[in-house]
Amino acid sequence: MSKAEAATEIPRAGIRLSRFVERIALLFVWALLIALFGAIMPASFLNWGNFSIMFASYAPAALLALAIIVPLTAGDYDLSVGATLTLSSGLIGVLNVWHGVPIDLAIALAIAAGILVGAINAFFIIYFRIPSLVVTLGTTSLMTGIVQWMTNSSTIGGIDEALVNAVVGVRIGGIPLAFYYALIAVVAMWYVFDYTPLGRRLLFVGRGREVARLNGVAVDRVRSGALVASGALAAAAGVVYAGVLGSADPYSGLNFLLPAFAAAFLGATTILPGRFNPWGALVAVYFLATGITGLTMLGIPLWVTNVFNGGALILAVTISQLTRGREATDIG
Amino acid sequence: MTGARTPEQVLNPAAAVAERPPVLRLSDIRKTFGGARALDGVSLDILPGEVHGLLGKNGSGKSTLVKILAGFHAPDEGGRLEFNGRLVALPLRPGDFRRLGMSFVHQSLGLAPSLTVLENMRVAHLTTAKTAFIDWRAERAEAEAAFARFGLAVDPRERVDRLSPVDRALVAIVRAFEEIREECATSGKPGLVLLDEPTPFLPREGVERLFEMIRAIARTGSSVIFVSHNIEEVMTITNRITVLRDGRVGGRLDTREATHEDVVEAIIGRRLGRLGSVARDAAAAREPQLVATDVSGGALQNCSLAIGKGEIVGVTGLIGSGYAELPYLIFGAKRCRSGEMRLAGAEPAPLAAIDPKRAIGLGLAFLPGDRQAAGGVDSLPVVDNLFLPDVDRFFRRGRLDRRRMLREAFQLGARFEVRPNDPGMKLSSLSGGNAQKVLIARWMNRNPRLLLLDEPTQGVDVGTRVHIFAALRAAAAEGMSVLCASSDAEQLAEICDRVLVFARGQVCAELSGGQLTKDQIAEACYASNERGATRPQRA
Repeated sequence: MSKAEAATEIPRAGIRLSRFVERIALLFVWALLIALFGAIMPASFLNWGNFSIMFASYAPAALLALAIIVPLTAGDYDLSVGATLTLSSGLIGVLNVWHGVPIDLAIALAIAAGILVGAINAFFIIYFRIPSLVVTLGTTSLMTGIVQWMTNSSTIGGIDEALVNAVVGVRIGGIPLAFYYALIAVVAMWYVFDYTPLGRRLLFVGRGREVARLNGVAVDRVRSGALVASGALAAAAGVVYAGVLGSADPYSGLNFLLPAFAAAFLGATTILPGRFNPWGALVAVYFLATGITGLTMLGIPLWVTNVFNGGALILAVTISQLTRGREATDIG
Repeated sequence: MTGARTPEQVLNPAAAVAERPPVLRLSDIRKTFGGARALDGVSLDILPGEVHGLLGKNGSGKSTLVKILAGFHAPDEGGRLEFNGRLVALPLRPGDFRRLGMSFVHQSLGLAPSLTVLENMRVAHLTTAKTAFIDWRAERAEAEAAFARFGLAVDPRERVDRLSPVDRALVAIVRAFEEIREECATSGKPGLVLLDEPTPFLPREGVERLFEMIRAIARTGSSVIFVSHNIEEVMTITNRITVLRDGRVGGRLDTREATHEDVVEAIIGRRLGRLGSVARDAAAAREPQLVATDVSGGALQNCSLAIGKGEIVGVTGLIGSGYAELPYLIFGAKRCRSGEMRLAGAEPAPLAAIDPKRAIGLGLAFLPGDRQAAGGVDSLPVVDNLFLPDVDRFFRRGRLDRRRMLREAFQLGARFEVRPNDPGMKLSSLSGGNAQKVLIARWMNRNPRLLLLDEPTQGVDVGTRVHIFAALRAAAAEGMSVLCASSDAEQLAEICDRVLVFARGQVCAELSGGQLTKDQIAEACYASNERGATRPQRA
């Protein structure tokens, strides 16, 4: 062990434990939640089929949470990810089912649409200096309208079986591939965030734009890149979502937005507390999924889901603010 | 210049109002910070209807005194404050000054730029009114009446950020006076408006209009305290002058009888000597590292300068003279309107095309004055702050070599004596001085050709200062050039080979060798604002 690390070890020994507890606290609460529902419904809740479905059906939400944390780390909100998800799955439905476009081309076009949305967001946010919250709220409504026009506000069934198979048909270790797509995205993002210079730049742009600029970071390029990446990821979430359902639903994207945001902020309280991090986001998505699944199985009415998601978002932001302590958030 | 007497100065001599008590009387005000004495028994009388100049160098105690009046600092036991002959208990609480009939206009003016003039004018009234309904018509009439009283033609519906800088300042002053007008009307006693450095960023015609406003306030019988660095302006507008020096009253002058030299003498404590001839040979002997020509941007107007290899050059001047912007402009942190820069052995580059990224590529490094907003990110680890500009260097075989980053950061920390030397800690967990060492280490480690500094030791303890200076000197000995913008004459005298003094956006004096003393630098700054009279010789 090098001298440097030896030196960093000693004074921290005391706070290491509390730090560690903080990092795994959410995992612990998750386990507790599973145990609780398991105790109430040992047969129906604690069976592999249930978890398998949950892992697959929340994969789009996980991808959406990942899409959110890229611009969030760079200091911008992207509220349009939910609508981008709908746009992407709607495009697949319309192109593949109504116009007979081959599924792989439809997927490519859907992802391209997501990239375009990110570029449009970036153009208004960075070129015209309009707050990201406003721009992405606007593009959300805009895209929602376009999808309604495109799909005649109807659910389009009958999407190519190849997509359905690739998302939920094939399983590894009992879990549908959808989950592994999210996992691949987590690992890729983890790599970029923690092991590349780009990740450092992203972090500095989010925490101190002027600091980054004065250190030669191309702040505007980094922010644009983050928004485009967010659009692409959200579109990918839409592709997976179309595969999970086997159809394109023109309304559900917005239902994913809130849990995804809750997961992004809740994820920032765990694994690497104080930072938006992909592993934390993944854990948080499935933590929320467990809560909602469990509550639904208990027969609690549908409105509770909304209450749970909204409550979790506020609580998550509060906790993440508290763990960051006095540090100001630079998101805006 | 000093011949331009105003009618008020003649009509309103101190003697004529002597039977009325002073508006403000301070006796024996003291203030100690830690062990340092900022104010050491200051006494001051402000007479009704007079414009009173308050002068002094940085650190003379001027701003401490203003802050005591504003209720921001509590003075030490023993001082007395009388307002219109009535003894007021010290310390004042924040906001007390308004109840007394005193108001402040700070340099920042305290206006909300995106709101209208009317909203700004009536902000105190609008936000504290007990009524549930705002009568906009009445509010507007009120504001218009106030502007009319001072002959100010400003549309109350205009947004403040659309006003000229002068109008903005005038609106702030009218507001300040309006705030105490009611108080004065009910008590029948004069009020006091304190203007803290209102002029440095105003054009000359604007200053004239501001003076008109000040005279109009004085005509009402209230008094004005005019805090400034600009002797010329103080000589024009005031009736009397109080000069603070090292926390004491360094001089009380009647403006009519005082000369410019008397004021400077009171400020710096001795007669203004002749600025000696510049020891050019020392500078000429060096090979130039950077030659900047015709730099215009911000307050700077066609300013040219050269910095030698291994030379430490200081730039200074009074507030508003433009020196503080020079490092920002050269580094491309602020846009230049025009100008050219040539580094030794490189092609000349237009400054308008320089941005920080390109500047870093050219071998420049820049440490801004605002450490927390522009220097480093407090919430991120020291190691990341340290290697932000060259994080690419650690990207090997597809991943960041965190271990090597920490190791190098530790070595660098040891070299620059950062305490505690733990690169994994957040920057915020270090003291101001140690955080500054980290940021200086960041740039010095890159061996820049030219290091640009803006107030490098602001908020830094004495021990750290010594370290930083030693590190700068060592690097300069190896050929690194330094450009240091600072208002701290003592610091400049200590580290610089040469100091350039700025006035009105240009270099107006150059000091080197034996002239580099704290006093001579301060002297040159004040000499610089004497209009034309002692325009220092430029070789």
